[in-house]
Amino acid sequence: MTFSPQLEERFAKMLTRYPEGRTRSAVVPMLMYAQDEVGAVTKELVEEVARRCKVTPLQVDEVVGYYSMLHRKPQGKFHVQVCTNISCLLVGGEELYEHAKKKLGIGHKQTSADGQFSLEEVECMGACSWAPAVEINYDFHHFVTPEKLDQLIDGLRKAQ
Amino acid sequence: MAKQLYNQPSPLETRVVSKRFALEGSETLDVYLANDGYKAFRKAREMTPEAIIEEVKTSGLRGRGGAGFPTGLKWSFVPRTSPKPRVIVINADESEPGTCKDRLLMEYDPHQMIEGILIAGLAVDAHVGYVYIRGEYRYLIDAMDRAIDEAYAKGYLGKNVAGTGFQFDLYTHSGAGAYECGEETALLDSLEGKRGVPRMKPPFPAVAGAWAMPTLLNNVETFSAIPPIIRDGGAAFAALGTPKNGGTRLVCISGHVNKPGVYELPLGFPMMKAINEVAGGIPGGKKLKAVVPGGSSCPILRAEECDIPMDYDTLAKVGSMLGSGGMVVLDETTDMVRFALRIMKFYAHESCGWCIPCREGTTWLKKILQRFYEGQGRREDISLLGELSKNMLGRTFCALGDAAALPTISIVEKFTEDFEVYLARQEVLV
Repeated sequence: MTFSPQLEERFAKMLTRYPEGRTRSAVVPMLMYAQDEVGAVTKELVEEVARRCKVTPLQVDEVVGYYSMLHRKPQGKFHVQVCTNISCLLVGGEELYEHAKKKLGIGHKQTSADGQFSLEEVECMGACSWAPAVEINYDFHHFVTPEKLDQLIDGLRKAQ
Repeated sequence: MAKQLYNQPSPLETRVVSKRFALEGSETLDVYLANDGYKAFRKAREMTPEAIIEEVKTSGLRGRGGAGFPTGLKWSFVPRTSPKPRVIVINADESEPGTCKDRLLMEYDPHQMIEGILIAGLAVDAHVGYVYIRGEYRYLIDAMDRAIDEAYAKGYLGKNVAGTGFQFDLYTHSGAGAYECGEETALLDSLEGKRGVPRMKPPFPAVAGAWAMPTLLNNVETFSAIPPIIRDGGAAFAALGTPKNGGTRLVCISGHVNKPGVYELPLGFPMMKAINEVAGGIPGGKKLKAVVPGGSSCPILRAEECDIPMDYDTLAKVGSMLGSGGMVVLDETTDMVRFALRIMKFYAHESCGWCIPCREGTTWLKKILQRFYEGQGRREDISLLGELSKNMLGRTFCALGDAAALPTISIVEKFTEDFEVYLARQEVLV
């Protein structure tokens, strides 16, 4: 498997960061960045990361099952993550999540039929003082109201 | 036009670690150097390691991640003469519900943290560091990478830091979504490319941490407080706070307040003043019901318990903790059953499953609270929640079990009336 030149450069550097013989340390970050490019952690990707980090595929596989941001199936092009943890809960996070479900017509960890959007109810993502918060892919949105969420989603749809 | 910050600063703040936040270009090395940057490192370079650690001890600085362990003491545990190389790990896995301060330190003033790391490197004779940043903070990994690249390019990292002959390499490392990895030993396992589960202690990370090397591990804010401490002296920092509770800290105020935000307040600042004056009070003139003083793991305080100064020792005295600085304010309309359920859903989701009391305890507590919330509660559930929680205390490798049990015990005991309301409602329906 080969990745884009930018990612290949990142991985080459990544493997030199850790003490000698400790390339296993690159497993989690490598999976995170590769997943963004490949779309999901496929069996092929697990084997590739294992080869590059000099570990067994099983050692990579057990990691994939542990971390909530690693996923084996592709998510939507826009992954909408709505926080409902305590700080968000107090200012309408759950209602916002219910609204997002209706707006997108999908539920927790589901992807829309056209593959454009996926939705996830997430745990605290560190935006408590600017709640309720939504993260779309890696972009944070603060003080999100149902109206603001509609605008965000409509904007992304239009940009297609 | 002035720089757009996440929230307006308050005139009641004492801005030490956040003093550069509002400056245009505060994330760049040039602005950092023009505003006291690297004065502390140059001073530390002339000091003995013992003197650096002594200065940190004098400052009264305690870990800003949650446990509040005295930082200087932690540094003194790292065997600087060990034949194994020392490693510095920066915990930027900020995930404690209610906490959103490390984001700002990395976004607005990454070079302050880097300087703090370098000073720690001098103190324990370490030459490499890893900033472990939670996966959700990708934009901050990019921001830290930019700051690190700039520091290398201008000679503030690498073979000859600031022309002093000191060598130090610093790298970022991405997490992938796991609250448990904020626990220091789980973080180390994650850094080694494994599932993030806690390790048996001892040995402590100071002796055998990352790759079994002596490891100094602190929170982002802890490292960020080091340059001002060394520059102006530990005593000056200590004087900002109260005895044994040195300095200032970033308090993240969220929930039912008019002006939620991250504010830098001295230790010992009155909690009610923080709510009513710094954060602008409760919207709609509603009354205060409760406060989570330092992140969701901390036992909750009833309104009448909140007339206290915010320092580690006072919070311990009232049976809670200052934790990670995540202060969540709840008004009188808050349903504590729903609140307790949301907390427990979180811990049940995040329990790594390594220790059975935590894995099973959080799951059962969640089920009982869910049942209660859905109107199927039983009177005996109230005592069962307390009993189950107490059985988890101290019976797990790491603090996640306690973190789930402690708020539950406090909510059940202090807000039994909220549970009674549910039972009464059910009786009416019957």
